[in-house]
Amino acid sequence: MIEAIKDFYENHNANVHRAVHTLSQEATELHENAREKIARFVNAKDSAEIVFTRGTTEAINLVAYSWGLRNLEKGDEVLVSLMEHHSNIVPWELISKINGFAIKYAKVNNDGTLNYEDFESKFSSKTKIACLSHVSNVSGVINDVKRIAKVAHEHRALMLVDGAQSVPHMHVDVRDLDMDFLAFSGHKMLGPTGIGVLYGKKKLFEKMEPFQGGGEMIREVAFSQRREQCAITWNDLPWKFEAGTPNVCGGIALMEAVKYLEQIGMAEILKHEKLLTEYAVKRMQECSKVTLHGPSELSSKCGIIPFTVEGLSSHDVALFFDTYGIMIRSGFHCAQPLHQVFKLQSSARASFYIYNTREEIDRFIEVLKEIEQV
Amino acid sequence: MPTVEDYVARIEETCGEEKGVIVTFKYAKKDDAIAKIRNKAQLKNSLSGIIFEFAFRGISFRVFSSGKAIFKGIKGKEAMHDILAALLL
Repeated sequence: MIEAIKDFYENHNANVHRAVHTLSQEATELHENAREKIARFVNAKDSAEIVFTRGTTEAINLVAYSWGLRNLEKGDEVLVSLMEHHSNIVPWELISKINGFAIKYAKVNNDGTLNYEDFESKFSSKTKIACLSHVSNVSGVINDVKRIAKVAHEHRALMLVDGAQSVPHMHVDVRDLDMDFLAFSGHKMLGPTGIGVLYGKKKLFEKMEPFQGGGEMIREVAFSQRREQCAITWNDLPWKFEAGTPNVCGGIALMEAVKYLEQIGMAEILKHEKLLTEYAVKRMQECSKVTLHGPSELSSKCGIIPFTVEGLSSHDVALFFDTYGIMIRSGFHCAQPLHQVFKLQSSARASFYIYNTREEIDRFIEVLKEIEQV
Repeated sequence: MPTVEDYVARIEETCGEEKGVIVTFKYAKKDDAIAKIRNKAQLKNSLSGIIFEFAFRGISFRVFSSGKAIFKGIKGKEAMHDILAALLL
């Protein structure tokens, strides 16, 4: 991935879809190859269903503003779970203030798992879209998004999936899961920051208006002097949603990250993380002052372990680990409503990926045992 | 005339309901900053030479040997700046 970034800036650096010169053509080819690769990675039908964004947050905002702003009105409902990252709550809250539709929040059980009965009972003819994370960024709980998508479609509602924590860790097939929209980020899957993806079904994208205006997303901007009007037509998909110079190198680097992940195999990655999680949970249970949060049933979760240490704030815990070169998150992890469900002021979060080892977990436990002495 | 900014790289308020402020000292000045704090604040506890727990003007805080400190019960960055001025200058 790093080599791909270096190669791009040393040998192919140019804007895409703009110029006839060789560098621009090379950059365009690499950029569009990346889109093709990512489309195949999530099993999209067509690369036109892959829009590059800055990340998951921008991808969800794109749906909220391009689709939601024009299709939701007073009397409609958007269904969101209480385990969502703020990026799957705030955009909907923002546009509900403009359009006056209601947001229904589906409950989460005390162990952090989704309350499917509550979620499904909240669907009605008013529901226009259901928004759910595939994997919780706090608890690591894997949600059955296929089940919720089926119910959504029975109610003629759309299904948006926040895949920021699932796409990097498991095989995600947008057609099998029947998602209408899937958002994910490059930086959580060995790619660079500032690049993400919005997958959307082509028939939906075709009906949607652009998100932002500028170059690239237009076919024609023609000013009629006689009428003093400007006539604008949009570019084809997916460029209609990519105003301005895109993060060309980011897309190419993400393609390299995807190739690397595929080489290992998504099933292998998930298996490795589950083994590490099981081992870490078992070892963390040796620590009497440590409380683990989230489900005790490990088969339904990914490599994320939220925890607290008696008498210490999560930030103290994270700063202690930091002193030993172990980096963990602390605070709300941008998911304050879920912390309210857990009745927690904040939590520390250990998380694992393909590069982590059992030996690192042993070291983590050694430090955790020292923290207990504070 | 030294200033707080000579020692401090960043002051950040933490998220979570137990509001706190995290101060990151400049790498080159962190040992100097910790030494000054040790002179002025009351050392309540220390662990393995890594964490130092202090009290100063009714405020408790922890300083980490990595050059970071976490303060509790501070009302905003301005108040934090005043405390740091009293500790470091």
